[in-house]
Order: sequence, then structure tokens, then C-alpha cells
Amino acid sequence: MSEIPTNVRYTSSHEWVRLEDDGTVTIGITDHAQDALGDIVFVELPEIDSELSQGAACCVVESVKAASDIYMPISGVVVDTNQVLVDEPEMINSSSYTDGWIFKIKPADEDDIEQLMDASSYEAECDDE
Amino acid sequence: MPFVPHTEDEIKEMLSVIGIDSIDNLFDEIPSHLKIQGLEKVPAGLNEMGVNRLMQNRAAEDGQAICFMGAGAYDHHIPAAVWQITTRGEYYTAYTPYQAEASQGTLQLTYEYQSMMAALTAMDVSNASLYDGASAVAEAVLMAVRSNRKSKSRKILVPRSLNPVYTTVTNTIVKHQNIELIDVAFDGVTGKTPMSALEGFTGEDITAVVISQPNFFGTLEDVGKITNWAHENNIFVIAVVNPLSLALLKPPGQWGETGADIAVGDGQPLGAPMSSGGPYYGFMCCKKTLVRQMPGRIVGRTVDQQGREGFVLTLQAREQHIRRSKATSNICTNQGLVVTASTIHMSLLGPEGLKQTAISCHQNTQLMVEKLTAIDGVDLVFDQPRFHEVVLRLSKPAADIINTLADQNILAGYDLSNDYPAQDYPELENCILVCATELRVAEDIELFAAALAEALK
Amino acid sequence: MLIFEHSAKGRQTKIQAATGNKMPTDIPVELLREEAPGLPEVSEMQAVRHYTSLSQKNFSIDTHFYPLGSCTMKHNPRVCNSLAMLPGFLSRHPLAPDQNSQGFMACMYELQEMLCDVTGMAGFSLTPMAGAQGEFAGVAMIRAYHDANGDTERKEILVPDAAHGTNPATATMCGFTVKEIPTLPSGDVDVDALKAAVGPQTAGLMLTNPSTLGVFERQIEEIAKLVHDAGGLLYYDGANLNAILGKIRPGDMGFDVIHSNLHKTFSTPHGGGGPGSGAIGVAERLKPFMPLPVVAKTEFEKEGDGYRWLTEKDCPQSIGRMSAFMGNAGVLLRAYIYMRLLGAEGMRRVGEFATLNANYMMAQLKARGFEAAIPDRYASHEFIITLKKQAKELNVSAMDFAKRLLDLGYHAPTTYFPLLIPECLLIEPTESEAKEMLDGFVEALVQIQQEAEADPDMLHNAPYTMPVNRLDEVRAAKQLDLAWSAEKD
Repeated sequence: MSEIPTNVRYTSSHEWVRLEDDGTVTIGITDHAQDALGDIVFVELPEIDSELSQGAACCVVESVKAASDIYMPISGVVVDTNQVLVDEPEMINSSSYTDGWIFKIKPADEDDIEQLMDASSYEAECDDE
Repeated sequence: MPFVPHTEDEIKEMLSVIGIDSIDNLFDEIPSHLKIQGLEKVPAGLNEMGVNRLMQNRAAEDGQAICFMGAGAYDHHIPAAVWQITTRGEYYTAYTPYQAEASQGTLQLTYEYQSMMAALTAMDVSNASLYDGASAVAEAVLMAVRSNRKSKSRKILVPRSLNPVYTTVTNTIVKHQNIELIDVAFDGVTGKTPMSALEGFTGEDITAVVISQPNFFGTLEDVGKITNWAHENNIFVIAVVNPLSLALLKPPGQWGETGADIAVGDGQPLGAPMSSGGPYYGFMCCKKTLVRQMPGRIVGRTVDQQGREGFVLTLQAREQHIRRSKATSNICTNQGLVVTASTIHMSLLGPEGLKQTAISCHQNTQLMVEKLTAIDGVDLVFDQPRFHEVVLRLSKPAADIINTLADQNILAGYDLSNDYPAQDYPELENCILVCATELRVAEDIELFAAALAEALK
Repeated sequence: MLIFEHSAKGRQTKIQAATGNKMPTDIPVELLREEAPGLPEVSEMQAVRHYTSLSQKNFSIDTHFYPLGSCTMKHNPRVCNSLAMLPGFLSRHPLAPDQNSQGFMACMYELQEMLCDVTGMAGFSLTPMAGAQGEFAGVAMIRAYHDANGDTERKEILVPDAAHGTNPATATMCGFTVKEIPTLPSGDVDVDALKAAVGPQTAGLMLTNPSTLGVFERQIEEIAKLVHDAGGLLYYDGANLNAILGKIRPGDMGFDVIHSNLHKTFSTPHGGGGPGSGAIGVAERLKPFMPLPVVAKTEFEKEGDGYRWLTEKDCPQSIGRMSAFMGNAGVLLRAYIYMRLLGAEGMRRVGEFATLNANYMMAQLKARGFEAAIPDRYASHEFIITLKKQAKELNVSAMDFAKRLLDLGYHAPTTYFPLLIPECLLIEPTESEAKEMLDGFVEALVQIQQEAEADPDMLHNAPYTMPVNRLDEVRAAKQLDLAWSAEKD
């Protein structure tokens, strides 16, 4: 059973989204997603300052057996990326919700987050797969 | 039955295991009106003696001309050991090394090949090969578009001094992806791509520039200057090189201050016979930072569970069988067998043998230029530093002269004024592109000169 | 040991290289190489020994049963190689004038004709250098055809979910979007889903028949009608042509364009991953769009009948050229020789015996307790065993079975493809294998099943008898080591 914390929101493409105190939004992939991908060997991070709309493919997480696009959960501008992943992509496997975060955005509209799934809906969706 | 080992008894036994009466039952699911009764254009089978006779006659019909033609395929010596080893069944009849443990031969050889190509081009990494030089340019253009993040234009500068069929093939392959190939003129006096033609694009958003060294005319381009200009303008440099020439000429990894970003070319001069156009292979090398955007297969060195060195296909997540519609390319196979030959070829010649061969090609070409331009009615078109190929203007239509010499078993060169594959060089009327490799010794050149002088009388 | 580790500075095999003597003075210094490239310096004997011993670390058709599904690893007759390597063929320059090329061109012309005949198509171009390039040519022709008709809103290519990965990748390269069509448990395309998917946006459908699930698509005529009625074209992926060779033809099923993997069906060698050849066949209406060059019969002024290359002048609507010259000529010669050896009768036997061998093996494996993915239908030339029960109950995967097979002297079948079937082995024995080899393979799988029940851990660590055991792929992808250099080692 994968870990599904309740303090973040989810997408059906397995990204998690967390609104920070400073108004930025941190994005990563879920424990369920990292487990399905297996050992992650490379992360292609998005470009800082790029403005992307919801649903846009913005970076790639690569394991030995798959390369998976990460989609923008909500629209916004990329303000930070997790440079630790350049040398230690396996951080996503070991701590997908904490040290394995991928990038931060300044959201176009903070309220967009409300439209995303909460933990129980996401859990139900994972069970359906 | 040819290549089917079954005896009548075995067929009966096999059918009874399946639980049917005849082989035809296995095709019962197929609508009967789709089944054919025979073939009209396929003749009855020949035995091995018959097919020997047929093919020996066909091969003999074409003669074996003395070849002064290059234009992308070159007549070089290939050591006897190269194809003897390459056609060993273990290389010849293996497939893509999906089961790494049972394919260490092919995998290690490919790793050695990648190492040799990286060394020859002075680039960081090489893939396991692409189809040929022309399609490699197309793949390089696609790769540049994917990886030059500073450019959004998808515009590629393509000098007219690049082999025109490479440009044609590139266009065929990339034209559905909103990529614009922009012609860059060559200097009518030098045959080079002049800086002035490129500088017109300074400050524009250009994704990449293609530079070939030597260019299609055999002329050497100012690769260092062009590379520096391109990088100052955030333009990727795609080098198209003759791999044999790199034993002598500056490798793309050392062009200018920062080196080319992607280097491609045709591997044919390294151990593949001319063989009517293939199989050859395309090679592709690049800077390490771009490796994940590189198409095709790549072999990496790693260890097994006991820590023993071993080799595997790696970075497969980019490829079509996993990424499907999002793959870097639809490319699936490489040209493994020709790469095998080429790896053995490079090992046998070594750095010094390749360099001597390159110098010898160059010297023979210079001798040829001297002898041919001494003939009335032959003029040198571009009097510039060159490598093993040269443009000559004749006093008569090139096609006629080429045909006259072909009847004497001499391939006099490539007709630059022809319409294959399109009317490429109307300004080079009556011009031929001529090449002398290390095999075209003085005696051949004398013969060529005499025949040409006679034909031009 | 790498070839570089046999190298010693200054060692040379001079006899195989020309002697250039002095450095040229007419090339500017800034264009010359400064340091010699880091290539090995070895003797001929060292190179011969090294590459001979490397070859011995390979499984190959010549040494092992190689039932790699979807790859048609059949016997490569040796005479095809020796005759394609006659000096006259090897030394022919690709741009040699027609008068020096009639022998070669006659072979190519007849090859085009024979391929048209066995596939039921109206024209063939030999230039694509691999199956994926053939696919590209085919889909590009579909696009060119619609464009020529002013039908520019057709932006979508339909692909069954069981298709080879090259299909969607190719459609994308040609500027189409891809829509997947589901497959039913019976192995047939879900025609209801297809009905819902076709429309004015449909450019075409790419189909493999028999499919990658190893069964014949029974509703092919209905599918063809659906796609054609919607204005789309039908593309045949020829990967599995071996199954029906000489029995039925894609052209008769309604396909408009096909590629044939000559390295599969017509027995040219796989060469450790190429060169292949993806010759492409078309129905009459697509003929103007074929990639160039193509050989045509012609009449010469002096010599009478002969052959010439068709160029852009003859075919202004062509999608263009795919290779610098005319494709993998040496591969095409081998396919031509193979077809002349087989003749019409031999080709029919290919389809029949490839099918017989697959169905026999499937019957034997079912009888020994293995689960076929599609048990109630005849197999085509290949079939699928699913090991999902073993995976669940014994924690032994298809990969474990595959690796253990290597120890027992058999190359593994294709694993984990098609993606639709969990823990699968896709097994294609080909017509060239004798019954005792098929029996041996069945016994090997039975033995592995017994080992799985007795000691699953033993299988997790297989193979034991290869030069290496399972390799660290994570390390290979993370700590990229793609080229040797003197400094590194």
C-alpha cells in the first residue's frame, strides 16, 4: 500500500501539489508513481521562469524501464527546481513527498489547487487502477 | 523442401498433437476467398547450383570499373580479416542484444565502436549507429530542435555545399515537423560557405547550422570560425564529417573554442564496401549533456551481480518500444553488422594506419589534379585546400564524357550538372566531382588522364 | 578485456594500410588534427583473436534456437551471403552509370516484381533501410495522398494498442496524432471502438495481421471497409508476413500500403541489430508517392531492353528520398537470392510450416500445464504464454524463465511484449526448426517450471553459465559509461 499524505493535493497523472506559506506551490510525484516507475535514474527539470499552463508536459522522470512526463497540475511560472535530483534522482524513490520534490511554481491562480483531488479521492483512484 | 526440415512422419505426428488432419486446417480462421492459389511473378525455385550461375552472370555483367567517383561512397581497401570475422555466424545471425547475458559479444563490440567513434570525432559520446549518413543528418536536425532550448524557431541553416542528397533526405524526414531548412550559398570562387552568407543571420533565432568537412566539393570549410560564430549566437553546430578524414583533419569536438554539438556522417569509408549504396551506417556523436536527446541504441558499461564488468543497452527509456508516440525517434534497429566490420577495420588500421590512408588519398588526389588539369579542356574550379575530392570543369558536356569513359571501364566522377536528385548546381555546368582514394595509384591516374584527354579531343 | 587493453603505443599492422609518407603541406595547420585519436594499436593476430573470442559470447541462429517472437529468426542460407558478396556486387559504385549496372538492376527489378506478387500490391520501392523507415515512408505517403486530394483535415492515425512501438512513434514523426484502439480478449480489434473512432479526421489505420498477439485478425475485411468508407487508408505492418507467406496477401485484404521487413520474412541476417530493410509496397492509387529511387524497365537506343532508375523527374509527387543512394542494396540482394531459391512453392511452405511449428509448440506447452494467452484459437507463426500464475504463486517472473532458458542452451523468446499480456513470452519458432528442437525447448520450459516450484530463488539469480549474470541496469543508466578512454581506466 503506497503512502498518500493528507496535506497535499493530487492529479490523476500522479503528481502531488502543496501550497507553501510563501504562496508558491511545490510539485512532485506520488509514492504510488515512483513505485510504478521503479529505480529512477534521471530527472529532466523544467526551465526556471518558464510559464506553463495546466496539463502541459514540463519535465521527464526516467527509470530503467520507463520515461514518464510530468504534467503541470495547475498553470503557473516555474520559480525553483530541486537541484539535488541532478545527482541523486533516487531521492524521488526514497522520499517522494519531501526531499524528492521536483519543482516549485508561482501559480497563476492559487484557487486552482482546490480543483485537484484530495487524499481520499486519489486513494480511490489508485485502487481502481 | 528448401529450409524446412520436416519429414512426412513428423508432420503427421505434429498434426495429431494439435488435433487436426492437415496443415490447411490451421488457416481455417481466414476467409477462404482471401486464400490464393499460386503466385504469378515468382518463378519456380532454383537449387544452389542454379542460383550460383544466375548471380555470377549478373555480377559479371556489370564489370568492375576503375572508380574515380566518390560523392558519398568511396573505394577503399578493406583488410581481408574484416569481413571474414564479421560474417561469422555469431555476429551475422544474432539479433539486437535484448538478452544481455547471451549477447556480450555484440554489446562489448558496440561499446568499443562507440569509444572509437568518440575518439575519432573528439566528441564525448556516440550511439550504436543509425542507418546512413543522409538519414543521420536528418536525425541530427531533429535532435538539435529537441535540445537547443535557447531557440524556438526550428530554423536550420543548410549550406548548399552539403551533399545535396543529404539535404533532400533530411527534408523528406523532417518536413512534417514544422522545421525550416534554409539554404546557405557557397562562394563561387572558393567553393566554401562564406562567413558573409552566415553573418546575415546574426542575431536571428536560428536552431542549428549544418557544416560539412570536407564539403561536397572536397573543399575544406572554415569550421573553427563558423563554430565560434554559431555559438556566439546560440546556434547549435551539426558537423557532417568523413570519418576517415578525421585521422588527418581537426575533429569536430575541437572545432572553434567549444567544438561542434553533434557530429554525424557516413561510416562507409571505414570498412564497408561500396556495394551499390549499402548497407553502410550513419554515425552520431554528441556532447555529453545532449546524450538523452540522442536517437538510436546506446550501450553502456556496468557490472553484474558479482561485480564483473559487463555491457547492456542503456537509456532505453527514450526509445520507441517504451516511449511509443513520445520517443526521440521511430528508429529501432541500427546497422550492427556494418558497425562490426567497421570496429574491426579501425582496430586493424589503428590511428597511424588511418592517418596514412587519409594522407595517401590526399596525395593521390593531388597527383590526379595535376595530371588532369594538364589536359586541354580541363580546369580546376575551386583552387582551395581540399580532402580527396575535387571539382573539375570540362570543355564538353559532363554526361557524355562520363558515358564515354564508362564504356572503357573508368568511372570518371559524378556529374554536378545533372538532375539527380534535383537540379542542384546549375552554375556548375560541365563540371564533375572526382575522387582518388589510396587505391587509385599513379598507374590508374595515368590511364584516366589518357582516356579523358582522348575523350575531350 | 577491451581491445584498447591489448593496445601498445607504436604497434602497427602496416601491411593493411596504405603508406602516405609525409604530412601534406597544402592544408592549413589550423584545419589539421593535433593529436592522434585514441584508437587501439594492435597486431592483426590480436584483433582477429579478440573479435573471434568476442563473437563466442553471443547466442545466434547459427549456434542456438532463437525463438524471439515478432523477429522471425529463421535460418539464413549461406549461399545468400556468399553470392551477395561477389566482388562484382561489392565493388559497384552506387552512382555508376546504367550501362555498368544492368546486372544489379535486373535483380532489383525482379525483386520489386516478386514482392508485389507475394503481397498483392501494385508497386514496390526498395529504398527504406529498416522496418521503421518503411513505416515512415508508408505513413508519409498516406499524408501525401490526402494532401494531394486537398484533404488536409485528416490529422489522426489509428493504432491498435497491441501494435509495435514504432507505429505510434512513426505517426508522430509524420505530424499525426495517434489514437489507440483497444483489442478484445479474443485478440481481434474491438470493431465497435473502431467504429466510434473513425471519422473525417482519420488519415489511416496501422495494423499488423496476424497481430502481435499471434492470431489472425478475422474481421479484417470489415475493418478495411470501415476505414475506407471514412476516407482513411490502411497501413500493413509487415512484421508478421512470414505467417501468411504464399497463403494470403495484404493487398487482397484491403491494405493500401505495406512495409516488408526483408530481414524477417526473406531471411536476410539480423546482424546483431541490423542492417534491415523495410521495402515498401503500395496499391495503385499510392504509386505516384513512392519513395525514390525505383527501378523501371526501359528501352535503350542501342542495347534494347534494360533497366533505369526512376527519379524526381518521373515521379514529381514522390515523398522523396530516404537514403543517400538506393537503400541497403546488399540486404536486398540477399533477399532476392533467398526468394529465387524458394520459388513460389517454397514461399507457401514458409507460411505453412512456420504456422505448424508454432501451433505444435503451443499444443505441447498447453498439454504440459502452461497457459496460452489466447488458448482457443489457432496460433499464427507465433504465440504467447503468460506466466502470471507463476508470478503470483511462485514469485517467479517471465524474466526469470527467460534468463534460465539461456542456461539450458536456448535464446529466450520475446519477453514483456505485447504490453497487453502480463508476464508474457512471445514465442516464434519459424519454419526452419526441426521437431526435436521444438520438443527440447518444451522440455526446457517444463524443467524450469519444476525448478520454480522447488526453488524459486535459484531462478531469480539465473543465468549461471553465461559470461556474466544479471547486469546492473540502474547503474548503467545513472553512472553513464558509454566510451572507454585511457584516462578513465
